Amino acid sequence: MLRIRNLDVAYGPVTVLRRISLHVNPGEVVAIVGANGAGKTTLLKAVSGLVRPRAGEIALQGREVSRESAERIVALGCSHVPEGRQVFASMSVHENLLMGAHVQLRRGRKDQVKADLERVYRLFPVLEKRQRQFAGTLSGGEQQMLAMGRALMARPALLMLDEPSMGLAPLVMKDIFATVSRISAEGSTVLLVEQNARGALKIAHRGYVLETGRIVLSGTAEELLANRDVQRAYLGREAAAEPERGRP
Amino acid sequence: MPSARLRHVAVFLAVAAAAQLLAVGAGKGFLLTQLTMAAYYALVAVGLSLLMGFAGQISLGHAAFFAVGGYASAALTTWNLASHRGSGLVAALARAGLLQARTDLYGGSLLTVHPWAAAVAAVALALLLAWLVGIPVLKLSGHYLAMATLGVGTIIGSVAIGTEALGAADGISGVPRLPLAFGAAVTGDSDQRVLNYWVAVAILALAMVLLLNLVRSRVGRALRAIHGAEDAARAMGVDTARLKLRTFVLSAGLAAVAGVFLTHFNGGIGPSEASTMKSVKVVAMVAVGGMGSLWGTLAVSVVLNFLSLRGYFGTFDDAVFGGILILVMLFSPDGVLAPDLRRSAGAAWARLRAARARRRAGAGEAGEGGTGAGEAGAGEARDGAAGAGGEERP
Amino acid sequence: MARELLVQYLIAGLTYGVIYAVVGIGFNIIYNATGIINFAQGEFVMLGGMIAVTLHGFLPLPAAIAGAVVLTMAVGALVEMLFIRWLVKPSVLRMIIITIGVSILLREAALLLWGNAVRALPYFTGNEVTSVGILGARVSPQVLWAVGVCLALVAAITAWFRWTSWGRQMRACAANRVAASLCGLPTRNLVTLSFVLSAGMGALAGCVVSPITQTQYSVGAGLAIKGFTVAILGGLGNSLAAVAAGLLLGVLESFSVSLLPTAYKDAISIAVLLLILFVRPTGLFAARLTSRV
Repeated sequence: MLRIRNLDVAYGPVTVLRRISLHVNPGEVVAIVGANGAGKTTLLKAVSGLVRPRAGEIALQGREVSRESAERIVALGCSHVPEGRQVFASMSVHENLLMGAHVQLRRGRKDQVKADLERVYRLFPVLEKRQRQFAGTLSGGEQQMLAMGRALMARPALLMLDEPSMGLAPLVMKDIFATVSRISAEGSTVLLVEQNARGALKIAHRGYVLETGRIVLSGTAEELLANRDVQRAYLGREAAAEPERGRP
Repeated sequence: MPSARLRHVAVFLAVAAAAQLLAVGAGKGFLLTQLTMAAYYALVAVGLSLLMGFAGQISLGHAAFFAVGGYASAALTTWNLASHRGSGLVAALARAGLLQARTDLYGGSLLTVHPWAAAVAAVALALLLAWLVGIPVLKLSGHYLAMATLGVGTIIGSVAIGTEALGAADGISGVPRLPLAFGAAVTGDSDQRVLNYWVAVAILALAMVLLLNLVRSRVGRALRAIHGAEDAARAMGVDTARLKLRTFVLSAGLAAVAGVFLTHFNGGIGPSEASTMKSVKVVAMVAVGGMGSLWGTLAVSVVLNFLSLRGYFGTFDDAVFGGILILVMLFSPDGVLAPDLRRSAGAAWARLRAARARRRAGAGEAGEGGTGAGEAGAGEARDGAAGAGGEERP
Repeated sequence: MARELLVQYLIAGLTYGVIYAVVGIGFNIIYNATGIINFAQGEFVMLGGMIAVTLHGFLPLPAAIAGAVVLTMAVGALVEMLFIRWLVKPSVLRMIIITIGVSILLREAALLLWGNAVRALPYFTGNEVTSVGILGARVSPQVLWAVGVCLALVAAITAWFRWTSWGRQMRACAANRVAASLCGLPTRNLVTLSFVLSAGMGALAGCVVSPITQTQYSVGAGLAIKGFTVAILGGLGNSLAAVAAGLLLGVLESFSVSLLPTAYKDAISIAVLLLILFVRPTGLFAARLTSRV
């Protein structure tokens, strides 16, 4: 689905990502964890076309996309839910979702869009309740759901989520992660970037650990959860108390 | 003053001398007239460069201050007070020696304010106006600031063109000469052409010395800090409001001085000097010369003004400046001749931060006189001229 | 003041007011889409009137007006594509200077094409002396045309943004450009579209008011300042507020003529602008300041 090879991204003189290589298979949930400033957001931005890489290849469903525009990449089947929700605050929930369906509407698939709208409302009943409300008046968790729903309206082959749990209360966080699981169960491929390593790895199949612009570890989610270094750095001390499940 | 800067001024004077000798030698002494005018306009541009390039404040109405200086001195030296000789105010002014009696073209007797008194009053008026306008206007930023300055400039332009007492659309003419020593004067007389050229050059050189020193001093660094990140500068203790206001007033003052001298040189002034187009042209010159490059602005301003005055751009004068604005902003927004402003702004920040850190470190130990001298940084910007020298450490 | 005179001033104020409102809305459209204050806004109004007069030389009036609107829209698109689109993360100062440059170029081009002649379209119905009675005062039917067309424009623009797909897309682009491109919206073209709409609105307003106020190459700058005043007064975003603000400014200006010499008429609206900027830059009607600078 997604294959990244030797990606280099720099902002002016500052290199943010160095020789990143990773892949996402169809139907998987892949988590990228790392601390602030590790370059996770930049990585997603490079894939979705918001940032142009300095070197390297990004292949989406076999097609090289590192030089395409963001609009094109959405049409090619990759939806990016950006950091911080970024909903259209002055527009209603319904209108936000309609905007998300833009690529489908442009292809004239009105009925499909209607069906997708129902699907999103089923996934997020609270959005249906607040259909006509201005997106700016929603709570953080609701906005996150709206942002995800909006991305889903484009029927993406690959859904990318940037820190969906950021700034949310723990209960809401659980909700969000559960929803991501459900989305994956319904057939979508998900690339998830998170600071909350535990929550992300628990719902993922595989993961990568990003540190100051480099991939330092990769493996299945279980392997990473059990890894000592990961535990110490990202999972907190209680993780060390869990029984080891075998070395990577 | 460090030798590098002195050298630059010397080069400037040398170039000026060469230009003068060339012009006179080639029998085209009249070119000096346009050069003189260009020099005065350059004074306006250099002052604006300080405001826009260093303090980062947009001003789209700067020609207004030039006009205030020019119109005030023109009006005061041409309004005939002869018929009011009896009034208390006029008598008091006469006693103070501020008036000048002469005869006009038709032999009638004229009693007007003495040109020097008028000059001082005119510049003072411009400074006062800048101060009053600056207080509310400089609180704004971005588009709002631009529009506010444009608005102020337009109002003054409207007043200039609409007021009968200021000559309305015809402006004021018959402005007398501004006497200097030994029979020399600021005037349009062709036998004083070379002298007037050098008066303009001298004033411009003096202004450059003043501004260059200012820019290298603590105050200058604080200004650049404001340009870079105003909130951060304020958080570090820089009195941004006061600094901006002072810079605004200073640049207005320079424009007014140019206005006064040029009016006497030309013997008159018209409402076109207060037009928005004039303000825009000055902005264009600052933009091309480089935001933050005083010499660049001076060079560009002299050249462009000279060409414009000589009529090289013909009827397309305004279009040329409009085009220049666009081209420069599209392709080279830091100006064609500018040094790397980012580097200098970054360096200025680094020094401010270092100085602050040093002050905090030195606070615990009594009398850290060493760091106190000169380099103490942002908090001391208040002292401005006072304090142990603004010399930068290399 | 005699009632008849009062009504005359009021009507004059309303006429100019709707024009200012249209220019103000034009500002809003571009500002919301790009964060740029387009100093060249007034030139679109000027171009509309001037081009229409020229086209009227060989086309019937409605066609001339339509042609003028279309051509001005093309100019708007060109301006955006040539000068605005290129810039990546421009600073406010840079944008201001560029649009000032554009406004100068457009004005000089107009001077070149039409000289400094004062032109006017013929009255749409009747002529300079026909008048209609309103509240005891004699009013030219052109005034009714001007007010009617401008109000229709405002209604159309509001409907555009609320109910059409393109309008929604423009709103999304204005609300959050990054999120909009992540939805697959053609943000670059939407920006061009905002310029096209602004230009078209201005041109139509210029045509409809030209018989009353006449057009000349230099009318753009004054309109720009007043339009900006209206946009700021109305809070830079709200169409209805812009209309209210425009009418307010127009009437204020109109009545000021009875107190001060006409030479100072422009100074009135500027004084209003300065007052607003100093006291309440978010405008009289805006609930919230969305800082875009």
